[in-house]
Amino acid sequence: MSSKSDIIGETGLQFFGKVSASISHEIKNVLAIMNENAGLLEDYTRMLENGKPINTELFKTLAGKVLKQIQRADGIVKRLNRFAHSVDNFAMSVDLVEIVAFMVELSHRSASSRGVSPEPSPSTGPVKITTNPFFLQSLIWLCLDFAMDTVDNGKAIGIITEETEGCARIRFTHLKGLTGISIDEFPSEREKALLSLLKAELTVDDNAGEIVITWPET
Amino acid sequence: MKILLVDDEEELVSTLAERLSLREIDADWVTTGEDALKRVDTENYDLAVLDVKIPKISGIEIKKKLAVKCPDMKFIFMTGHGSEDNFKAGSAEAGPEYYLPKPVSIKTLIKKINDVLRK
Repeated sequence: MSSKSDIIGETGLQFFGKVSASISHEIKNVLAIMNENAGLLEDYTRMLENGKPINTELFKTLAGKVLKQIQRADGIVKRLNRFAHSVDNFAMSVDLVEIVAFMVELSHRSASSRGVSPEPSPSTGPVKITTNPFFLQSLIWLCLDFAMDTVDNGKAIGIITEETEGCARIRFTHLKGLTGISIDEFPSEREKALLSLLKAELTVDDNAGEIVITWPET
Repeated sequence: MKILLVDDEEELVSTLAERLSLREIDADWVTTGEDALKRVDTENYDLAVLDVKIPKISGIEIKKKLAVKCPDMKFIFMTGHGSEDNFKAGSAEAGPEYYLPKPVSIKTLIKKINDVLRK
């Protein structure tokens, strides 16, 4: 049987790998589009060289499309950079609202491939806790991943980040498929190890269709 | 020859379709598996080029459904998978000769289309 630190280390590595793979996939798509735009530019140039008139607006349109993809790639790389730097500090003050929004961005491809959409509620202000940012992200990712499997295709997962009675919490809502899920299935040893490290608690309310992560004292 | 391109990246498939048409290959495009399945009800295609990862229905699933509706249709897969292992895993399902990693050159794609249609 693995020790808690082994489980945490393994879970963290898997998380890092999954996010990196997803981001590299997004970058590949951007490169593929730029490849086609450059190819079309080459096609038009060849046609011009062969004496076929080409409307110059087409070149402007193509340049605009390339610029759009550069901006998209820049956003992807910024996310990758932010994610990579989340391992820099073992403990620091973080805003749960921001971290949840970031995890929703990172899980976009995974959600999209399953036909579901995580939808964070509008923020009423920051919800600050001091914790390990990387493993916090890992825990939110695992909860989101599990939540995505409990809603039907085309459905939204509500995410509410709030501070009530001195507690910070993240609620994943509208999870109608929680009914019938065994207590052994979720949280698994991975989530339990992360919860212990992050000094958080997790409850699954199958009647309300909610998974709630709570930090008892903030 | 008529081709159907299926990829959730609209700008990719629309540009690819234009480049194919400049080479006198008739190509239509759609961005979802559902639209691909609807499109074959009204149009006949010799071949579909499918992205492996498409929201809701994967490229492999779309292929299975299209193959039932259009038994003579041929298929080529494109993927943004970056790693050699992922490429091999995908190839095992689709057949390595029908599997192209993104970005793909137009020459390679056309050669592959011709190779597949000749089989």
